[in-house]
Amino acid sequence: MSNLADQFKNRKAFIPFVVADDPDFDTTVANIVALANGGADIVELGIPFSDPVADGPVIQKADLRAFDAGVTTEKVFEIVAAARKLTSVPIVFLTYLNIPFKYGYERFLNRCVELNISGLVIPDLPFESKDEIDRYAKPLGIDIISLITPTSKDRVEMIAKEASGFIYVVSSEGITGERDEFYNDLKALIARIRAVTDVPLAIGFGVHTPEQAKSMADIADGVIIGSAIVEVVGQNGKDAPKAVEQFVREIRQGVDAEVSKAI
Amino acid sequence: MQELKQKPGIYGEGLGGQYIPETLMSELEKVSAAFEKAKTDPEFQAELHDLLVNYANRPSLLYFAENMTKDLGGAKIYLKREDLNHTGAHKINNVIGQALIAKHMGKKRLIAETGAGQHGVATATVAALFGMECEIFMGKEDTDRQKLNVYRMKLLGAKVHAVTTGSMVLKDAVNATLQEWASRSEDTFYVLGSAVGPHPFPAMVKYFQSVISKESKQQLNAVEGCLPDAVVACVGGGSNAIGSFADYIDDPSVKLIGVEAAGKGVDTDQTAATVERGSVGIFHGMKSLFLQNNDGQIDKVYSISAGLDYPGVGPEHAALAAANRAGYVGITDDESVDAFEYIAKTEGIIAAIESCHALAYVKKLAPTMSKDQIIVCTVSGRGDKDVASIAKYRGVDVDE
Repeated sequence: MSNLADQFKNRKAFIPFVVADDPDFDTTVANIVALANGGADIVELGIPFSDPVADGPVIQKADLRAFDAGVTTEKVFEIVAAARKLTSVPIVFLTYLNIPFKYGYERFLNRCVELNISGLVIPDLPFESKDEIDRYAKPLGIDIISLITPTSKDRVEMIAKEASGFIYVVSSEGITGERDEFYNDLKALIARIRAVTDVPLAIGFGVHTPEQAKSMADIADGVIIGSAIVEVVGQNGKDAPKAVEQFVREIRQGVDAEVSKAI
Repeated sequence: MQELKQKPGIYGEGLGGQYIPETLMSELEKVSAAFEKAKTDPEFQAELHDLLVNYANRPSLLYFAENMTKDLGGAKIYLKREDLNHTGAHKINNVIGQALIAKHMGKKRLIAETGAGQHGVATATVAALFGMECEIFMGKEDTDRQKLNVYRMKLLGAKVHAVTTGSMVLKDAVNATLQEWASRSEDTFYVLGSAVGPHPFPAMVKYFQSVISKESKQQLNAVEGCLPDAVVACVGGGSNAIGSFADYIDDPSVKLIGVEAAGKGVDTDQTAATVERGSVGIFHGMKSLFLQNNDGQIDKVYSISAGLDYPGVGPEHAALAAANRAGYVGITDDESVDAFEYIAKTEGIIAAIESCHALAYVKKLAPTMSKDQIIVCTVSGRGDKDVASIAKYRGVDVDE
């Protein structure tokens, strides 16, 4: 097991996401530092993929910017190595399974150990296939993060029981007017997961504003924000780190405000 | 690797499987259960049989291509005429089966990817028949080169989405359809057209396409009293090929040959020859062979044929290749266009450019075999859709 669960102990965890090499090497390194300075408890770093089936248009565009910058798996590791000289913030990779598969699971995971990567979020790795990489990750103390979605239905308990690090609870973006119902369903889902595991729960997908982050943090242990930050990177290019830090700081305040209210 | 083999949908050494976002797993479980039930449900089987016979025009002919046989001077050539099916290709076999499963599951809406448009047309057709909503996802490049099929789908009441992400071809259409399914699965069934994707899709597509080889085996036995020496079919994702092979896999004397699109040549970067040039990877829900770089990024592929323009191949084909049970060869654009013209002039058949890849290989193979040997080649579809683009390829300007 990694250090991930510890990040949820003292406050609601905030997990922002950026894509590696978007728009280039130096900006990504600076973005990771900016995320840490802005109040990230864990940084989620996306490894670009040619066909990101689980990602929306914002992250797809970021992947394309990274390919324009000449991203490779090796370059992603070099970005983390450079960032590691400046910050010790826990990092997880978001990667489609084919990337570590082609690199070689053991070789990939050993690089992760060297760079103090705590876990992997793999959107195209369902519970049934998890052991394929988990058998190598577990002995190295790297968590393969389990995802639970509103469509998981009777799979929830099975997945939750085997989870480690944290559980990525996939919400979907609430449509105006349906928000309350959606929120109640999410609360019910969280309760079901909590009934079978103590592993911390972070909600992600479609969280955009400090207010949303606040309400998510209220019902879970942490919140993940991806596209909204990637959008800030897309709009600001090489100047992104400053804007990213400011945006993240606002979210952090939102998340913390909820904690104090809860107390 | 022992424990992996015990899971459903595993082919050969850990190929196939289920590598798909959690969002879709519950739905996949439901589809699996419905498929397993359908296999032994007499009511389902009766409906399927009735539709295949009375709607799709099955059985398709096994036609002795006498002129071609004489001209090539070697093995006897039989053509399995899937081009004569309703909608003009083998795709209807699988669509009727999957749409029936969707109906039994209570679904109201069918979505599908399409390359050349044949699978989209078949899906739109059956949706019209069943009174279901239908939305088709097709790469922008393919909507441009297959305009007639796009119009055909609209005529049948389907909504056609031109996919503008990635390289705007078949794989991008699959991505878009998977995304659509992930965001709306409650009332929606994804009719996957090729023998690819997560389990149970490769198994389901094989099950419904197996009718091709079941028929051809009986039909050939009736006229020749024997098995063929070789079965040849084109392979993109591999749906008509797996259906053409299925009933012969356990007959070791029958050579199985899949013909891939080599594009400008197997050794160029303008190719779709996955088995020859690809390596094992994980994509579109399955572990199989893919054209990809060393980092595991999926390649852009190329072929004149929109239906074979896919960077992967179904997991059972990858397993058959690994076990040397089936051989896979490449045919270039030039060779397939030559075959397109050849089969038209020799037999009076305008065959799909996809099928012409298989026919082009038969042209090479037949003369190397003796006159008492037999080749069965699947003509997977008719070529009306390709006439304009072949004319263009030859520098002839035709008014569409």
